[in-house]
Amino acid sequence: MSSHNEHKSMTLTLIVWRQKNATAQGKFDTYTAKGITEHHSFLEMLDVVNEDLIKGGKEPIMFDHDCREGICGMCSQVVNGVPHGGQERTTVCQLHMRKFKDGDTIYIEPWRARAFPIVRDLIVDRTALDTIIQAGGFTSCHTGGIPDGNAILISKPDADYAMDAAECIGCGACAAACPNSAAMLFTSAKVAQLAALPQGKPEASVRVKKMLDAHKECGFGNCSNHYECQAACPKGINVKFIAKLNREYLKAQFA
Amino acid sequence: MILDGKCPTGPIEKTWDKHRFDLKLVNPANKRKYNIIVVGTGLAGGAAAASLGELGYNVQAFCYQDTPRRAHSIAAQGGINAAKAYPNDGDSVYRLFYDTIKGGDFRAREADVWRLAQVSNNIIDQCVAQGVPFARDYAGYLDNRSFGGAQVSRTFFARGQTGQQLLLGAYSALSRQIAAGTVKMYNRREMLDLVVVDGVAKGITCRNLITGELESYAADAVCLCTGGYVNVFYLSTNAMGCSVTANWKAYKKGAYFANPCYTQIHPTCIPQAGDYQSKLTLMSESLRNDGRCWVPKNKADLAKHPDEIPEEARDYYLERKYPSFGNLAPRDIASRAAKEQCDDGRGVGPGGRGVYLDFSTAIKRVGADTIKERYGNLFEMYEKITDENGYKRPMRMYPAPHYSMGGLWVDYNLQSNIPGLFVLGEANFSVHGANRLGASALMQGLADGYFVIPYTIGGYLAGIKPGTVTTADPEFKKSTDDVKAYSRKLLSINGKKTVSEFMRELGGLMWENCGMARTEKSLKDNLKKIPALKEEFWKNVKVSGTGGELNQDLENAGRTADFLEFGELMCRDALHRKESCGGHFREEYQDQGEAQRDDVNFCYVGAWEFKGEKAEPELHKEPLKFDNVHLAVRSYK
Repeated sequence: MSSHNEHKSMTLTLIVWRQKNATAQGKFDTYTAKGITEHHSFLEMLDVVNEDLIKGGKEPIMFDHDCREGICGMCSQVVNGVPHGGQERTTVCQLHMRKFKDGDTIYIEPWRARAFPIVRDLIVDRTALDTIIQAGGFTSCHTGGIPDGNAILISKPDADYAMDAAECIGCGACAAACPNSAAMLFTSAKVAQLAALPQGKPEASVRVKKMLDAHKECGFGNCSNHYECQAACPKGINVKFIAKLNREYLKAQFA
Repeated sequence: MILDGKCPTGPIEKTWDKHRFDLKLVNPANKRKYNIIVVGTGLAGGAAAASLGELGYNVQAFCYQDTPRRAHSIAAQGGINAAKAYPNDGDSVYRLFYDTIKGGDFRAREADVWRLAQVSNNIIDQCVAQGVPFARDYAGYLDNRSFGGAQVSRTFFARGQTGQQLLLGAYSALSRQIAAGTVKMYNRREMLDLVVVDGVAKGITCRNLITGELESYAADAVCLCTGGYVNVFYLSTNAMGCSVTANWKAYKKGAYFANPCYTQIHPTCIPQAGDYQSKLTLMSESLRNDGRCWVPKNKADLAKHPDEIPEEARDYYLERKYPSFGNLAPRDIASRAAKEQCDDGRGVGPGGRGVYLDFSTAIKRVGADTIKERYGNLFEMYEKITDENGYKRPMRMYPAPHYSMGGLWVDYNLQSNIPGLFVLGEANFSVHGANRLGASALMQGLADGYFVIPYTIGGYLAGIKPGTVTTADPEFKKSTDDVKAYSRKLLSINGKKTVSEFMRELGGLMWENCGMARTEKSLKDNLKKIPALKEEFWKNVKVSGTGGELNQDLENAGRTADFLEFGELMCRDALHRKESCGGHFREEYQDQGEAQRDDVNFCYVGAWEFKGEKAEPELHKEPLKFDNVHLAVRSYK
C-alpha cells in the first residue's frame, strides 16, 4: 500500500448529549477520541470511545444503529448541527472519519423534534413514523389470490418514479432537519410511491387524508418549503414528492 | 434417533397441493380464539405476522429494533428468484427446484425445495400488488437479471435495494394489520427464553430494551423468524444486532439445531480496514454479471496500479476454472477460488487479502451510464467506504460471512421437534442445503411467511384447544427468574475485558479454524480454545450499567455469551461431517480444490440435541432421499 494511504492517527474532541432517560435532564459531556484513522466510520469511532468508557468504569454513549450500511434507517445522530453529519446522501453510519481533521471538535446530538421524544443519550422514539404508515401507507391487498405480476403493466418512468420515492429508509432525518419538525418528506414519499402506481390508485384519496391526519396528530409541524429535509435526506428523496402530496391532497378534497 | 421430516410422498409436482388439502383447517370464527407469537419482523416474520393476522388469528409480534421495518432482510441488494420464465429462456418450476437442490450440494430436502420453487411465482405477484416497485422494461413488463448458479434470468429486482423494497412491502402489510388490531406489535423487545409447558411451546420471555423489565407472553404457538448466526465470526455482513440468541434459547429448551456448520461466505465484500471493524459491507452478487474477477498472474505485479498490468498478465481465475458459469459461479465456489488465489500469494491490497472486480470490459461494451443505472448505488457505497472510484479502478473484494444455511430443525410443516414451535426463514435449516444460491434468501423468507405458515400452522392449531396456558403458569415465573439470574451474573462479574474483546477473540477463532476451510486439527483446536474462552468470559468480562435500564452493553454481553456456546456446537458439527459440501469445506476431503462429498456416509441432516451444560450434545440424523434430482458431483465447469 502506498504511503499516503497509511493510517494517520487522529485525536478528536467530542461534545455529546447525555440523557439518562426520557424524563431526566440532559446535558453535554466532553470526551476525547484517540487513535482514530480516516478509515473508521463515524460509528466505529464511537465504538472506540465506548470501549474506553467501559474499561474506565463509565457508561458508554448509547446510540441507535444496526445494519451499518446505510439502509436500515436505525442510526440517527445530529453531527455538528446537521442530521447524519452533512455528507450528501450519506447516513451517519456511512460517514467516514476522512471527512474530519485531527484536532477537530465534534458536537453530537439526538434527533430533535417534538414527535421524537428522547429515550436515552442519542436514542429517540420514532414510533410516530410507524403511526403514519399504519394510517394508510399500504395497499389493502390480501395475501394470496393475486393476478400475475405482468397483468398490470407499469411504464418504466412510473416505475422509476415510484422507486425514487420508495428509497426512503424511515430514519426521520427530514423531521430532525425541518425548522417546523415536519415529517412531510417521509409522508410524501409513501403517498407519492403508491399514487404513482396503478395498484395504489384505488385508495389514493383515502390514503393521503388519513396519513396527513396522522402526521398532524403525532405532533409533527407543517411544511413551509424550507427544503432542509431534502438536504439532510441520506437517500436524496426529492421535495417534488411533497408537491405531489399536496396535489394528491387537493384532489382528495373532490374525491 | 432417526428424525422424520414428515414430507408428503408421491409425485413431487403434487406434494404441496396434496399436503395443503390434507391439512386440517381452523374455521374463521374460531381463529380469533388462538394467539400466535411471531418473533422477528424481517421478510419471514413480517410476512407471517401480516398473513396470520389477516386470517383472523390474534398475533403478537416482536422485534429488537425500534420499528419492524429495520430487520436485516432490508440489506439484501440483488434480487429475488421466481420461476416465471418471462424471458422465454428455458426456466420452469422444475428447473428452479433442480438448481436449488444442486446449488445446495444435495443436502436439502426435495419436498421443501419443490414447494419453495412452486410458490416463488406467487411471491412476485403478491409484492407487485403491495406496490413494490420492481424494475420494469420500456414496455412496462417486469425485468429480470441473472444471478449465480443459474443459466437463466429469473431474478426480479428493485435497483440494488430489493430486500429493502420487499421488506417495506411486508412491513406495509403488517402495518395494515396493526391498524386493524389483529397484530399487536412490540418493538425494542429481545426474546431471552422460550417457555415450554409440558413439552409444548407456549410462550416467550422478553427483555424490554428501554426499561430493562422482563416480560412474559403466552400463546398457542410460537414462530421464530429470528434470522441467522454468522455474527459468530465477528466479521460479517450481518447487522450489529443479529444474533443466535433466540435460536440458542430454543435449543437449550430442547429444539434440535440442524447443520450449524453450513455457513455462507459471500465472495464479494469490501475488505476489512482495521480490527475495530466487525461490520463488512457486501457488494451484490449481481455485480458479477458485469464485473470480472481477477488477480495478477505474477507476484511481481502486485505492487503495481491495476491499470499498469496488461491483459495477458491478469488471471481471470473464475473464467479460467469454470468456463460455463464464469464469473457467475455459485458463492461457495467463487469464495473458495478467491481464497485460493490469495493463499497462493497473488491477493491484492492490504495484507494480500483481496481480488479485483473489474468493470472496464463492461463499461467498454455498454457504457458507463448503463453500468451506473444498473449498480449506481453500489458504486456510491463502495466509494463512501474505500474512497476509491469503482468506475475508474477495479474494486477490491474479499469473501465475508454472510448467511447461515443451518438453523433450527423443522419438519415439512416448519414445526420444530418441540410441538407448537415453528421456525421460518433463515432461522430454520430447510431449503438451502449446504450452500444457498443468490436471490433465494428473500424467496425463502417470503415463501415461509406468506404461503407456507398460514397453511401449516392451521394444521397444528386445529388439533389443540386454544388458551390452555396463560402467563400465570409457573413455567413463566421460572423462566423470568432464570433470565434475571443470568443477567445479574453477567453484571456482577466486573472483570477486566470488554464484551467486544471477547467477541473479537471468538470471531478470530471461528474465522481461522472454522471458516472458509476447516481441518480436523483446526476444529479440535477450537474445541479446546472456545470452552476456555467461555470460561474466561464468565470470570473476566466487564459489563457496565444495570439490568433495570436501557443497556446496550448488557444486550451485547448476552448475545456474546450465546455465541460462545454456539461456536462450540458449530465446530463440533463441522468436525463430525467428514466430507466437503457447499459452504462446508474440509481440506482433507477435496479433489484438487473442489469439494468432495461423501453420499454414502453423510447424506443426512445432522440435528443436535442439548443434553445439559456439562454433557455433550447428541446427534440425530434425518436421512436425505433424492428421488427426482439424482445425486451427482456438482460441477460448474
